[in-house]
Amino acid sequence: MVKMADKPDGYEGQGFFATSLDKVIGMARANSLWPLPFATSCCGIEFMATMGATYDLARFGSERLSFSPRQADLLMVMGTIAKKMGPVLKQVYDQMAEPKWVLSVGACASSGGIFDTYSVLQGIDRIIPVDVYVPGCPPRPEQIIEGVMKIQELAKNESLRRRHSEEYKKMLESYNLT
Amino acid sequence: MSNQEIFVQTALEVLGDKALSSQSPYGLLTIEVPAEGIVETVKCLVEHPVLRMGFLTDLCAVHYPEDPGREIAVVYHLHSLPNNFRIRLKAFLPISNPAIESMTPLFSAANWMERETYDFFGVQFTGHPDLRRILNVDHMDYFPLRKEYALEDETRDDKDDKFFGR
Repeated sequence: MVKMADKPDGYEGQGFFATSLDKVIGMARANSLWPLPFATSCCGIEFMATMGATYDLARFGSERLSFSPRQADLLMVMGTIAKKMGPVLKQVYDQMAEPKWVLSVGACASSGGIFDTYSVLQGIDRIIPVDVYVPGCPPRPEQIIEGVMKIQELAKNESLRRRHSEEYKKMLESYNLT
Repeated sequence: MSNQEIFVQTALEVLGDKALSSQSPYGLLTIEVPAEGIVETVKCLVEHPVLRMGFLTDLCAVHYPEDPGREIAVVYHLHSLPNNFRIRLKAFLPISNPAIESMTPLFSAANWMERETYDFFGVQFTGHPDLRRILNVDHMDYFPLRKEYALEDETRDDKDDKFFGR
């Protein structure tokens, strides 16, 4: 059975349905997120399970992984990011088109995890903005799905003007991104 | 005499007074040699008709901060493939000037291993064709495996010591 997304609030009558553009676009975006998996370690293995038949991230409209950042909406960073990998990750983020979201999966991506050492980036939020953090070492697929659903909520309720706002531009500037 | 013993004896004879000391921890012949003329020393072992130590298994360094004047040990692991016999050579350098000849004229494999040793210990391999960092970020301004630095990332400011027993 095909499960349809619920229609947003609006005015309905015979032969017409009226709602706001924000809501329609938000609904479309939330249910067709193209993730870019940036998997570097064990969290990446959990992600493979998440994409597999048992957990099946495709149920959330994310079956189409994008291995090019240019077509991706959601950057999923899963695993330890060494400091040497930092500029690469930043470039990948920079290449993604707006609107874009970032999901930080696992302790290492979120905070450096157990790798409290000179060679490991102590959390990807030191170089790129993060929308949702998934705790765990590594998190189970259910937790990763929870994280994606939180991103869906953000995408659904985001104002169309948010990416043009001063606050958003300032936030990007604070990361030296334009 | 077993083959192993014959090779140990031959190696010590070949090195002569270049063998400053020798021991066999865990059965691996370990010889201390002078840092000057290290390439010539290794060449004797490589070109010896019996020993033929033609394979450089590993090249690395160790920091001994409690040993003044010889803090940095550069370690060479040689393997004789025809004889299945291994030797470990150690050359000690002062940390004030940790410079030693590059092994690259003898072994191409030494190239990246010397870059790694430079990266982590700051050993200057004279004559190396391209001595720059290989694993760490280029802008790193210290040698992280020297026992001079805290193990934890010191740029970290989100840790409350009372939760970590420090």
